Amino acid sequence: MLNLNDLGRLLIMAKKTESTLKNMLVALFVIAFISSTTLGYVYEFTKGPISDARLKKKVEAIKIVVPEFTNNPNLDSYKIPSDMPDSLECYPAYKDSTLVGTAIRTFSDIGFSKRIYLMVGFLPNGTIHNISVLEHSETPGLGDKMDKKKSKWSEQFNGKNPESYKLKVTKDGGNVDAITAATISSRAYAQAVDRAYKAYMANKK
Amino acid sequence: MSKINLVTKGFLKENAVLVLFLGLCPTLGTTTSAINGLAMGLATTFVLIMSNTVVSLVKSLIPDMVRIPAFIVIIATFVTVVELTMQAFVPELFEVLGLFIPLIVVNCIILGRAEAFASKNNVFDSILDGLGMGLGFAFALTILGAIREILGSGAIFGMKFFSGDGMLVFVLAPGAFLVLGYLIAITNKINSKKA
Repeated sequence: MLNLNDLGRLLIMAKKTESTLKNMLVALFVIAFISSTTLGYVYEFTKGPISDARLKKKVEAIKIVVPEFTNNPNLDSYKIPSDMPDSLECYPAYKDSTLVGTAIRTFSDIGFSKRIYLMVGFLPNGTIHNISVLEHSETPGLGDKMDKKKSKWSEQFNGKNPESYKLKVTKDGGNVDAITAATISSRAYAQAVDRAYKAYMANKK
Repeated sequence: MSKINLVTKGFLKENAVLVLFLGLCPTLGTTTSAINGLAMGLATTFVLIMSNTVVSLVKSLIPDMVRIPAFIVIIATFVTVVELTMQAFVPELFEVLGLFIPLIVVNCIILGRAEAFASKNNVFDSILDGLGMGLGFAFALTILGAIREILGSGAIFGMKFFSGDGMLVFVLAPGAFLVLGYLIAITNKINSKKA
């Protein structure tokens, strides 16, 4: 009987391939070829679920930030210019063909680390309905309190109209209470919302 | 060395993090909570077992002079498989660990085991070694994450038992070093008693 250990010993005893140029080229080529083929298959296999997961996240964020709707905001989306070269994506929400709100994917670069992405929902009159964080890399325990899962901080924006509600932290003369020990993150959050509001009002149909 | 020993040595005697001090970057970076530590540990375990198996299978076919690039390609393949799979099926987890998953490629534990163990031993032993070292790594990361989560946010595996903030420093980088230091001290104590 050939058990696993004997098989292993046989493999060890197999003669070691010598380091000639031809052997090295062949070995590396074969390994790279097998690897890339495998990865190609795995990529094809996971491509669908990955884009589904991304879409689901976006749709969920839209559902949170605008009132109940009946259309598919993802299909009706359009782009509006902002004060930066990157344009903002808008997802209008209709209930029985009346506009009930618009979700805008906005961003800010003045955060503590990478770019922050938010989904901000405006009612047709410009009032903020709700905000959801899409992506951020702020400090865990401090700046990440902007996320609803971590704290209720972001609820202070709900129901405010930026016409009278100044989207700046109190330190800079605005109306936004900054997160304790995370003024920079709060400033970025307020800037992103402000960017979305200005772009929305400027491009209102 | 007995087969059982191959698996258990990764937990205390040769624990990658607490005794060999390998792979400290993901250790310190991902262990802000117990579940993150566990997930990172299990992802590394999977890659370690798979790469140990393959390296051990092809070791006599790879010329010595190109063994390192060959091992790296094998490891990177499995890491990418893990990355794509996590992104597709557990996107919430991927968001937290995303940055650290590609770094598994350069985790010294994996190349270290491929070079020091799998390229010299048979397939079965290599799988056991990968399993042991990987679970030991996961074990250390989970403990580290649990302690930081309890002290830093008053919760364990996401379940809050303490209202309020806890000691923030433990969620931040300095807390990782503090807790790791104490864990290393405790491990040394246990190991020196055994010896």
